Amino acid sequence: MSGFTPASSMPVFVHRSRRGAELVLLILALAVGIGAYAAVGLGVQEKIPVDIAGYGTWLVALLVAAHIGVRLLAPYADPVLLPLVAMLNGFGLAVIHRLDLAAGASESDAFARQQLIWMTIGVVLFLVTLFVVPDHRMLQRFTYTAGLGAVVMLILPMLPLIGKEINGARIWINLGPVSFQPGEVAKVLLVICFAGYLAVHRDALALAGRRFVGIDLPRGRDLGPLLMMWVISLAILVLQRDLGSSLLFYGLFVVTLYVATERKGWIFVGGVLFAGGVFAAISLFSHVRVRVLTWLNPFDYYPDPLNGTSSGQLVEGLFGMAWGGMIGRGFGSGEPWRVPYANSDFIIPAIGEELGLTALLALLLCYGLIVERGLRTAIVARDDFGKLLSVGLATSVALQTFVVVGGVTGLIPLTGLTTPFLSYGGSSLVANWVIVALLLRVSDQSRRPLPTAPSDEDLAAEETQIVKLDKGAMTK
Amino acid sequence: MNRPIRTLSVGCLILFVALMLNLTYVQFFKASWYNSRADNRRVTEDAYSQQRGDILVGKKAIATSKPSDDKYEWQRTYPGGKKYAPITGFMSYSYGQSGVERSQNSVLSGKDNKLFTNRLVDLVTNSEPAGGNVELTIDSKVQDAAYEGLTALGDDVQAAAVAIEPSTGRILAMASTPTYNPDRLATHDFGAARKSYDQLSKDDDEPLLNRSIQTALPPGSTFKLVTAAAAMENLGKNPDSKVYGGALLDLPQSDKDLPNESGGSCGGDQITLTRALEVSCNTAFGQLGIDLTKEQQDEQARKFGFGQKYLTDLPNQATSTFTDDLDKLDSPPFRAYSAIGQYNVKATPLQMAMVSAGIANGGTVMKPYIVDRVTSSSLDVIDQGNPTKIDDQPAVSSETAEGLTEMMVSTVENGTAAPAAIPGVTVAGKTGTAQSSKERAPYAWFTSFAPAENPKIAVAVMVQKSGTERSEIAGGRLGGPIAKAMMEAAIS
Repeated sequence: MSGFTPASSMPVFVHRSRRGAELVLLILALAVGIGAYAAVGLGVQEKIPVDIAGYGTWLVALLVAAHIGVRLLAPYADPVLLPLVAMLNGFGLAVIHRLDLAAGASESDAFARQQLIWMTIGVVLFLVTLFVVPDHRMLQRFTYTAGLGAVVMLILPMLPLIGKEINGARIWINLGPVSFQPGEVAKVLLVICFAGYLAVHRDALALAGRRFVGIDLPRGRDLGPLLMMWVISLAILVLQRDLGSSLLFYGLFVVTLYVATERKGWIFVGGVLFAGGVFAAISLFSHVRVRVLTWLNPFDYYPDPLNGTSSGQLVEGLFGMAWGGMIGRGFGSGEPWRVPYANSDFIIPAIGEELGLTALLALLLCYGLIVERGLRTAIVARDDFGKLLSVGLATSVALQTFVVVGGVTGLIPLTGLTTPFLSYGGSSLVANWVIVALLLRVSDQSRRPLPTAPSDEDLAAEETQIVKLDKGAMTK
Repeated sequence: MNRPIRTLSVGCLILFVALMLNLTYVQFFKASWYNSRADNRRVTEDAYSQQRGDILVGKKAIATSKPSDDKYEWQRTYPGGKKYAPITGFMSYSYGQSGVERSQNSVLSGKDNKLFTNRLVDLVTNSEPAGGNVELTIDSKVQDAAYEGLTALGDDVQAAAVAIEPSTGRILAMASTPTYNPDRLATHDFGAARKSYDQLSKDDDEPLLNRSIQTALPPGSTFKLVTAAAAMENLGKNPDSKVYGGALLDLPQSDKDLPNESGGSCGGDQITLTRALEVSCNTAFGQLGIDLTKEQQDEQARKFGFGQKYLTDLPNQATSTFTDDLDKLDSPPFRAYSAIGQYNVKATPLQMAMVSAGIANGGTVMKPYIVDRVTSSSLDVIDQGNPTKIDDQPAVSSETAEGLTEMMVSTVENGTAAPAAIPGVTVAGKTGTAQSSKERAPYAWFTSFAPAENPKIAVAVMVQKSGTERSEIAGGRLGGPIAKAMMEAAIS
C-alpha cells in the first residue's frame, strides 16, 4: 500500500481537497455579488454604476485572497462554505448600496462603502484565524480564558465613557471613530468556552449525578462553572435589553449541552426554563411585553402608535414583502426606505419587496446550507472539542437567522439581531467571518487524510537504509 | 455524539422550513390582504402615481393621465371638466375616488382580472402596467344640451338632467348642477386640494352630489304616469275611459279635500283619462289611487324600478321608493297623495327617465348602464356592456304602453308639456311639480321621449331649487326646454 493505512481496519472514506470546486463556486458567488451591484445601478439610476470595475476588482481580490489562503492553510476544508458566505456578503453589499441610494447618502458616509471596509477586515481576520490556529484543538487550552473574555466583552458597553446606548440597547462601545458591538465577539468566545468545557466534562455530566423525575441531574461541581458563566452572560444581556443575543446565547448553551451529553432531557429542561423565562420576562419587563403585543396585534400600533408604542417597522416590512410578492418589484421599483433600519435588522423585507419571495427562499436555502455544512463538519470531526465547536458555530448561524428572519416576518416576536453576512454591521460581519474560518479549520482537520502509520515497505526501506549506512560506515 | 447532531440537524431543518412557510404565507397567500389595506401607503401612492386609463366619450378623453415632473410621475386631469364631473368623479390623494373613477377603478388602474393577459405581457416585457380605458355610452351632443340647459337656469340652481336610450338602457346624458372642477381635487398640491374639498363639502348647494342618481325627491305629477299604468293594468282603464274630474276630491276618513293645481275642475265631473293626464288632474289620479289597492300601486312602481338597485356602473345610487311603509297606505288619503307623486314617493331623475323609457320601449324597462366598452391599453376590447332588463319585466303590457304613449303625446300637443314640442317630431311628455313643504320652493319635473313612434331617447329633468318665484314654477316651463334640446340633439 502506497497511500496511508487507516487507524482501524474499517475502510474509510477519503476526502478530496475539492479546492477546484470551491473556485468554481466562488466565481458563481462573485457573479451574484457583482451582478447584483450592476442590477442595483440599472434599476435605481438606469445605468451601470461607474465604480463597478473598481468595486468588482476589490471584491474579486478579497475572495481570491481568501481562496488562496484556504488553499495554503486549510487545503482539505469544506469547499461550499466560503462561496456561500462570499455570495451572501456580496449580495448584501449590493442591497445596502441600493438602500444608500434610496436614502440619498453621499459617497463618503455611504453604508455600503463602510460595509466593504468591514468585509475587508473580516476577510483579513478570516485569514489570520486560519493562520494562527493551525489546529483547532489548541483553542481548547483557552476554555476559561474565552469564557472570561466573553464576560468582559459583554460588560464593556456598560462601562462609562466607552459604552454607548443606541436605540434603547446598551450594546455598543466607542473605539475612536467606529462603534463596535462586543457581543458579537462574545458569541464566538462563548462557543469556544462551551465546547472546551463540555468536551472535558461531558462524561461526568452525562454519567455522574442523581436521577430526578426521570432526568439525570449532573453534579454541581461539573455543571457549576459553566452554569455560572452562562447566567452572568444572560444577566448582562437582560440588563442591556438585548433580547436577540439573550435568545441566541441561551439556545447555544442548551444545544451544546444536549449534543455533549447526548441526553434529550436537556432539551426538555431547556424548553421548560425558556417558557418560564419568557413568562417572567413578559410580566417583569415592559420592553419585552411590548415586543410580544406588537407581534400579536401589529395593526393595533399602526399607523398611529398606541401608548407610545409603534409597530411601524414591522408592519411596513410586512407591507413591503406583500408588495413584492412572488418575484418582487425589481431593484429601484420598490419603496424599502419606508422601513426604518432597512439595511440592518430589516434587510430581509427590503430584499423581499424588490426581489420577491423567490430571492428570500434562495437566501434561506443558502443559510440552510451553511448550517448543514457546519453540522456535517461536526459529524466528521475526529475529536469531541471539534464536534462541539462546529455544532456551536453552526447553531449560532441557524439561531441567529431564525431569530432575525422569524422576527421581521412576524413568525416570532421581534428581537434585534443582524442577518448574518447580509446586514450592515461591522462587528457582526467580522465575527461571522471568524466563525467561518473556525468551521473551515475544523473541517480541514476532519477531512484531511489521517497521518500515515509507517507501512511495512517503509519500514523495510528504512531498515535497508540503516544497513546501507552501517555498511558504509564499516567500509570507512 | 453523532446521533444528537443528526437530531439537531433535523431541528435546524424544521426552523428553516418554518421560516420558508411563513414567508410564503406573507408574500403569497396573505399578500392581497396586506395590499388591500387602506393604511398601506405603498398601495395608495402607487395607485396615485400610476398612468391610469382614460375615460372616453366617443373619441374624446374626459379623464386622462398626463406625465408630471414630480415624484408621482402622473397627474390625473379632467378635460371633461365641470360638465362631466358628476360622471367621471375625481381621483384625489386624500379623499379617494368617486364616480366612474371609483366604480371602474380596477380597470382604470390595470388591476382588473379582465386585464390579466395584459398584466402577464407587462410582466414578461417588464413594462409599466398601464390601465384599461373605459368608453362611456354618453352622447356628447346630448350631454352638451343637458349641461348648457341646466347652467342657463342660473349659478345657484340645483338641478339634474338625464337621458337614456329606451331600447337598450344606454345612458346618453347625465348632468347635475351646481358642479365642480375635478382637477382642483386631483392636484398634487395637497394643500390646495384640501382647501377645494373643504369648500365644496361645506357648500349648501352640495356641488359634489350627482343629483341625477344620488338625490331622490317627490316626483310630483310625473308619477301620474305610473298611476295611469297601474289603473290601465289593474282597473281595465284605457285612454278614453271616464274618470272623476271634479274640482275637489273628498278624501275618505279625513276632513281634507284634494284640490287641483288650478283650483278649478279638470273640465267636468267626468273626463277621459287622456284629458286627466293632459291637464295633470290631481282629483282624477287621487281617485284612481283610492280605487287601486296599495299592493297594486306598489307593484307597478316596483316594476318601473322603484325600490330596485339597478345601477352598477356608478357608486352611491339613491334608491327610489314608492313608500317607506306599505301599511300606512291602508289609509285612502295616503294612497291618493301617493298616486300623484307626493307623500312618501321619492324618485331620482334617472328613475323618472326610466319610467318614460319603459313606456317608450313597449313596456319593458332596460337596466341603465354607462360603461359601453372596456379596452386594454393596446385598445383590445376586453368587456362590452350589453342591454339587459331590470327585474320583473315587462312593467306594463304593450297595449298599456301604447295607450300611455298616446296620452303623453297628447299632453305635449294639447296639454301642460307643450314646451317640449319639436316641430316635425312626435314628442311624448309629462310635467310635474311637487310640493314638499310650504316653506320651500316646489320641485319642478319634466320627463319625455321622442320620437313617439320610434323612440330614440327618454329624458328626465329635475329642478330642485331655482331662483325663480314659486308661482312661476311649473315643470313644463323650467324642464321642458332643456328636455326639448336634449331630444333634438339625439334625434338630429
